[in-house]
Amino acid sequence: MSNHITPEQALIASLVPAGSRVLDLGCGNGALLAHLQHTRNCSGYGVEIDDANLLACARRGVNVLQLNLEDGLALFEDRSFDVVLQLQTLQHLRNTETMLRETARVGRTGILSFPNFAHWPNRLSVLRGRMPVTRALPYQWYDTPNIRVGTFADFELLAQRNGLRILDSFGVQTGAAVRRWPNLMASVAVFRFERD
Amino acid sequence: MASIGHVTPQTLHFDTPLPLTSGLALPAYDLVFETYGTLNTARSNAVLVCHALNASHHVAGTYAEQPKSEGWWDNLVGPGKPLDTNRFFVIGVNNPGSCFGSTGPTHTNPATAQPWGADFPVVTVEDWVDAQARLLDALGIQRLAAVLGGSLGGMQALSWTLRHPARVGDCIAVATAPNLSAQNIAFNEVARRAIITDPDFHGGHFYAHGVLPKRGLRVARMVGHITYLSDDSMAAKFGRSLRKADADGRAAELGYSTQDIEFQIESYLRHQSDKFSDYFDANTYLLITRALDYFDPASRFGGDLSAAFAAAQGKRFLLISFTTDWRFSPARSREIVKALVDNRIDVSYAEIDAPHGHDAFLLDDPRYHGVLRATFERIAAELAV
Repeated sequence: MSNHITPEQALIASLVPAGSRVLDLGCGNGALLAHLQHTRNCSGYGVEIDDANLLACARRGVNVLQLNLEDGLALFEDRSFDVVLQLQTLQHLRNTETMLRETARVGRTGILSFPNFAHWPNRLSVLRGRMPVTRALPYQWYDTPNIRVGTFADFELLAQRNGLRILDSFGVQTGAAVRRWPNLMASVAVFRFERD
Repeated sequence: MASIGHVTPQTLHFDTPLPLTSGLALPAYDLVFETYGTLNTARSNAVLVCHALNASHHVAGTYAEQPKSEGWWDNLVGPGKPLDTNRFFVIGVNNPGSCFGSTGPTHTNPATAQPWGADFPVVTVEDWVDAQARLLDALGIQRLAAVLGGSLGGMQALSWTLRHPARVGDCIAVATAPNLSAQNIAFNEVARRAIITDPDFHGGHFYAHGVLPKRGLRVARMVGHITYLSDDSMAAKFGRSLRKADADGRAAELGYSTQDIEFQIESYLRHQSDKFSDYFDANTYLLITRALDYFDPASRFGGDLSAAFAAAQGKRFLLISFTTDWRFSPARSREIVKALVDNRIDVSYAEIDAPHGHDAFLLDDPRYHGVLRATFERIAAELAV
């Protein structure tokens, strides 16, 4: 099975130090975790709730634990991972803030990504009176699985509120990092952080 | 998919006494086992399948002239099946103390020349694992590619990684627990009391009296059977259906009897327990429920399961549970997962959303078997078999 990863995942993989112990929350089909194992000598676990994704992970031979993130991370001890990834997952969770704190608790550093609602086409759409439907937010308002919609700037405030130190942050647009005006110019927000 | 076809059990005799956890020893004993597939020249493709309470060495295939004699895990083990006998050499072995061929309470105690009966020494999961290891020695197998088991069989699979970690690669433990809860022990005790208080039990030496404590065994089986099923699956299968229905299938009048069978569930339990009491040994039931009660690898570590699993460093685990299994609930499997994660041991965990309760581990849910197939394919690829 090929471990093809998206440009966005490749950007994030480059932030993970070689040899890291990684926990990937919402690891999907396990391709990123497999990539980190094979190319960066990382080890660790993915967490995934979906049956089809679980099977894909098993076929890739990555460690995957079928758990519901809404139940928290009681299975994992404090600072037991070098890096905790939470990519394109936070927007699906009801207990967003709890999960953020839990991510910071079990990892030395956390890396998180989510759709940036303040990307300019979204702003334009709302100005026109309609909720945005874009590549990063491809759903209609009535069928979206994204129950939390936030912006790059919103997350900075949430991180501050929870005592997280942001080590790095940037946007991602069409697979490339956006460091200039990311809240306006990028459809995806990426933050690397640690607990104060 | 094709069945493995006709299979034949084999017996090996062991003269060296087997030291038991209790401090006693089993002086000499037979182990009955079956194998499927071919042991490769590197002797690296062996998979041991451990059985649960009322199963045996007969894991897969059928016996000649007995068309309805499929092994208890025939849906999993065979050519092209998730545990593919075209690639793996699969071993099923009957544990000592059982009543399906290996030395047990119905066999002769060399010290008395009478059946062992209640004098058969108490055996533990660890004792079984040690006996299984001796079978592997006899078969010339140093290391198992994997050990696999469900329920009590899962406990044996886990125990392998703690007692003989150098002799096992992967451990696959399904619908199991790190120990029994008070509720689990309570159910076992009800079963044991039913047997022991049967007037035909005769202190466990009923063989000499020419009787069998079938009433006790029936009740024991009924209690056990209830714990294997979920409330939902019982509701779906039986509901409140009455046994007597009229010609149109509608419920008949109630019989207003306290002793006749009124509900379908009663009929089912009585039928199942009648069948069970015809073939199962009462002393074996007592022994095996005790082995379940005693299993607790954390107990030597002050209750610290993570400390217990430090011995399993370097092994690879797959844990599987079923959402409606209330006998060995998913939370119990997650305790094991946590102990493994604490030790940074490779583990995957599948929590299968299935309605069938504990019995789900014997059924062929595609998600469940899919994960098992993927895992065995990975093991086969690593071994190049």
